[in-house]
Amino acid sequence: MEYPPRKIIAMIRAGMREEVLSSNSMWYCLSCYLCTCRCPRGVKPTELAHALESLAVRNGYRVSGTSTPAMYNSFVSSIKRYGRVPEFSMMVRYYLSIVPALLAHPLSTIKMLPVGIKLWRHKRLSLMPVKAKGADELTAILRKFREIRGVS
Amino acid sequence: MKYYAYYPGCSAESTGLGYGMSAQAIAAPLDIELAEIEDWTCCGSTPYGSLDEEEAVVVAARNLALAEKTGLDMVTPCSSCYVTLSKANMNLKEHPGLLAQVNEALAVANLKYEGGVRVRHIVDVLVNDVTTDVIASKVRDRLEGLKVAPYYGCQLVRPQYDSEDTEFPGSLDRLVNCLGAEAVDFPLKARCCGGSLTLSEEESTLPLIHKLLKSAAEHGARCIATPCPLCQTNLDAYQGKVNGKFGTRYNLPVFFITQLIGLALGLDDRALGLNTLIVSPAQVLKQMREVKSGA
Repeated sequence: MEYPPRKIIAMIRAGMREEVLSSNSMWYCLSCYLCTCRCPRGVKPTELAHALESLAVRNGYRVSGTSTPAMYNSFVSSIKRYGRVPEFSMMVRYYLSIVPALLAHPLSTIKMLPVGIKLWRHKRLSLMPVKAKGADELTAILRKFREIRGVS
Repeated sequence: MKYYAYYPGCSAESTGLGYGMSAQAIAAPLDIELAEIEDWTCCGSTPYGSLDEEEAVVVAARNLALAEKTGLDMVTPCSSCYVTLSKANMNLKEHPGLLAQVNEALAVANLKYEGGVRVRHIVDVLVNDVTTDVIASKVRDRLEGLKVAPYYGCQLVRPQYDSEDTEFPGSLDRLVNCLGAEAVDFPLKARCCGGSLTLSEEESTLPLIHKLLKSAAEHGARCIATPCPLCQTNLDAYQGKVNGKFGTRYNLPVFFITQLIGLALGLDDRALGLNTLIVSPAQVLKQMREVKSGA
């Protein structure tokens, strides 16, 4: 994480748009909401992190040093394609999207396998993704919403 | 019999299979019906809201609109679905302009959302509608002597969408205790396990999982109970990795709270999906039953 939350807020106030949106800091937010609940001034750092992430994506910033954007992308692509998240296919999509990073760290790639195998052996990952009945309807709704917002 | 519009969430069909199974299994004995919302789609969860905040509201709203048609409270067992749907619900209520845009989009599917749905977590329903007194009265097989760390995780209690205390939550403790089991003091009971970042930032989240397991074990727990599918997967599926990395030997089964309730109601292990747990609960349950029959 490049900058801690207080620094990010100070940078926003100082107008450092470029540095903030291209940093990887907000992508480390776990969405645990502990800061949001405890902040005596009512600042909502969790919401801020999500807003910064959305802004960075909308403006085409690519960040380095974290695979979280790639993981989120795989998740959202799965929703758009299947309506629900078939977790195995989501994970495959994610790992394929970070192949260069995986090839650079072959050992950690091999270390990831046991967790997947354990989940599969306990019937917790089905290999074949199933398209939800409501998927096409969701696609049509999203297409219309983008049209209303004027984004493609 | 009380009826609810049931929203299982994606994980109840895969990584949280045991949660989906056990939630449905305990419903009838507790006189509630979880009527699954037809054609529900993913709530969007944290990833969608992070990549596109506005579009994420529509993804959640389709489900809210489907639930509203039933006229029932919408209930989900998943803490992430609970926060995502609650947050979208609040945004739509507070921003009429956004609601109008969302409805214009929903109209292509002949759907409309009026903002009238109450989104609830299954723990809230169990504690406040069914009540722990009624659950206790239906217990056939008290979980006497079972020491449980009640692990709330984050999103059941934060940010606050119902009356649960964000610093010292107690609902899960009460559920565990009403089954005859013992909820141990567990200071980290509402601290984060790392959530979905375990997939992308494992090096950063394994220490969080380690801290939770350590705290539970040090306070005498023999197992953990959670109402969150992501917490369960992290603590259960990654427990071996934590042991490898930190040189520990934790062997703590991580139950879904609905599985513990089902056990106390005398339901069959298989109906509760106990076979989907990676850290086997067999030994802990055997010991509990031995102590009980010996006493």
